[in-house]
Order: sequence, then C-alpha cells, then structure tokens
Amino acid sequence: MMTSDMEIPYAVKARPDTGLWNAKVGIWLFLASEVMLFGGLFSGYIFLRLGAAPGHWPRGLLNVPVGTMNTAILISSSVSVVFAWASLKLRQFRAYQLYMLFTIVCGVLFLTVKLGYEYPAKFNHFGAYIRQSALPKYEAYLGNAHLAARGLEPRIEITGHLENREALTNPRIADYEIQVDETNADPSSPENDRPHFWQRPLSDKVVKVAKEDVEFASMFVPRHSSFFATYFTITGLHGLHVLAGVLVFCYYLLPVSAALYRKDPEHFANRVEVAGLFWHFVDLVWIFVFPIFYLL
Amino acid sequence: MSNHPAHGPSSPSEIGPTPEEAAHYRRHARLYLVVGAVLLAGTALTVAASYINFGSMAANIKVALLIATVKASLVALVFMHLKEEKKPIYQVVGVTALFAAGLILLSVLAFFDHIYL
Repeated sequence: MMTSDMEIPYAVKARPDTGLWNAKVGIWLFLASEVMLFGGLFSGYIFLRLGAAPGHWPRGLLNVPVGTMNTAILISSSVSVVFAWASLKLRQFRAYQLYMLFTIVCGVLFLTVKLGYEYPAKFNHFGAYIRQSALPKYEAYLGNAHLAARGLEPRIEITGHLENREALTNPRIADYEIQVDETNADPSSPENDRPHFWQRPLSDKVVKVAKEDVEFASMFVPRHSSFFATYFTITGLHGLHVLAGVLVFCYYLLPVSAALYRKDPEHFANRVEVAGLFWHFVDLVWIFVFPIFYLL
Repeated sequence: MSNHPAHGPSSPSEIGPTPEEAAHYRRHARLYLVVGAVLLAGTALTVAASYINFGSMAANIKVALLIATVKASLVALVFMHLKEEKKPIYQVVGVTALFAAGLILLSVLAFFDHIYL
C-alpha cells in the first residue's frame, strides 16, 4: 500500500512556520475569495439601489415572517454545527452524529422554503409599471396625491395576480386583468404607506390595465426590476452555498467518515471544523441578505 | 490563547481529551448557546426596528446595518473562533476586509461622482 507515503502533512499537527494545520489556512484563503465574490454582488446592489429612480425600488414585496423563520433556521444550524465539532473534540461520536443530522435537516428546510415556497410565490405574482403619461388615469389604484402630500415616494406599479396570463404572450389581448394587491386596491389609506409584517391576501378588486398604458410588465422574475434581479442573483448564489454545505455534511455522516474518526479523531474533527467555518460564513452572508431585501 | 487545545500540540489522537480540555469545550458549548440566543434575539430586533419610523429611510438602513454588523461580528468572533486565532489568519482576514471595503466604496464613490465628460 502506498497510503502511508501519500499522507498529507500537517492535517493535525501545526506547521512550524504558520503555527496552524494546513486546512485551516486553506479554508480562510477560500473564505477570503468568497468575501470578494459576495462583496462584488453587494457592491452592485448598492450601486443599483442608489441609482434607482423614485418609485423604482419596491419595498414589502417579500414575505417577512417566512424570511424571519429561515433566518432562525440558519442560526440554529450554525449553533448545531459548532456543537457537532465540540462533540468530536469530547470524543462523543453519537452526539456528533445527531448534531450533524440536525444541521443537515436545517439546511434542507431552508432550501425547501426558498425553492418550494418563496421563489414560486414570486414567479406567480405580476406587476405592471404604468407610463408617466398614464399615471393620472390609474390614480385610483396608485394614490400618488396622497403619497406626495405625505412626502413619500410615488407609486408607479400595479401589482397582483394576473387573471389572463395569456396576455403576456398574446399581442392581440389589449389589457392585463389584475386581481390587485391590497396596496393598489386602497392606495390612499395610511395603512398602505408602509409595508406590513404579515403578508396580506389579495383584494377582491380586478383592475383592467391597458397594455398601451404600460411601460413594462412581467411576473416577479429577475427581469422585472433591479430589485428582483439582485434578489434572485444574491439569494440564488447563497442557496447554492447552502446546498454545497449540506452535501459536505452528508459526506461527514457516511461510513467513510466514521472510519476516519476511528483512525484519527483529531483529523476528522479538523475536517468538521473547516466545513463548519464555511457554514458560519454562509450564515454571516444571510445576516446581511435578510434585512437588505426583506426589510429595507 | 496560544495554548488553545484546538491549535496547540494535540494529545495523541487515540487518547481522548484531558479533563482540562473537556472542561474547555464544555465552557465553549455554553458560550455557543448564549451567542445563538443573542443572534435569534437580534433577528427579532432587526425585524421590529424595520417597522419603526426613525425619520428617514436612510436612518432605518443605518439601524438595520448596525444590528447586522454586530450579529455578523458575533458569528465571526465566536462561531468562527476569530477571537483566538493565529497571526496568519488575522493577516488574511485583514487584507480581505480592506479590499472588500474598497469594493463597496467604489460603488458609493461612483454614485456621488458628478464629473461628467
């Protein structure tokens, strides 16, 4: 067997010059590149938001209770992954397995909420930006006189459920028939000046918006606005990171990992520690993602 | 700091932790639980604060980013063990922080730059 010749050095013992085992240095260099990756995207977010014309940076379009729940799930998994590592250090393998399993369940739950509920709910919601010249015609659904009197940004979009979805593709259909959101149903109510915590159901009003009065209309997909473009890019990339973490953690529950633990528990604990460092970083990114998209 | 059991010369791996090491990790576990609870409370605080009118959108953004920065620091210092690391890690983190700040600053400066050709 060649394995003893191919032993990777400094997997457990500290390298004399760095004072660290190698994987620790490796993961931090990788995380440094990750900071630059997400930093570039956050920088793009700031640029687009600062440059957005009045009324072009929507608020209150995401489901805050669901986002809050997902934040709590991610924080809990960060706690459980350090517990998994500490269990290995204490040589409690059974406890390690349970904490790791809990962490994986949290990661899967987070992704399920995102992909199974949050994204589809947006893809099925519709918004039509009204042309400048046609704004007075739809004043009953926009309430701009009220907003201007209060010193708030204008409302230039009518949102809700698109009743005639074929209007998106069929040029012969002249109107979008929208079952509008509460904000557009009663736009001059002070109730609608600020977003609400609980998502409110659609109103029962159906509004016909002529296509010729519309500047741009689409479902809530990346092309809808700078807001959704940055939202889907950043949360999508973040979601891929959650998926990657879950896959690595699953590997750590396989028999091959248990074998490494029996052979060299410190080496295995170090592996779990670096994966944990990655997982905490993913949690750290979400701590910024959550307020900038859901709340502000 | 330097005799932190996670980094110092480790005991032979077949042998479990010494009693002192075991006590050390149990103490850490309690700290992790406290920080986890603080992070959850911080999340609730961020959500609650976003529904308070601090006078302007800019003020609300500042409050939210302040809370987020405190939460992120807790994650980095405690969960990621940055409060007791070796020098090379601090060097990597320091240089990265500098470049990341530059990246954010670029956008902000570009927006406030009114030199048009």
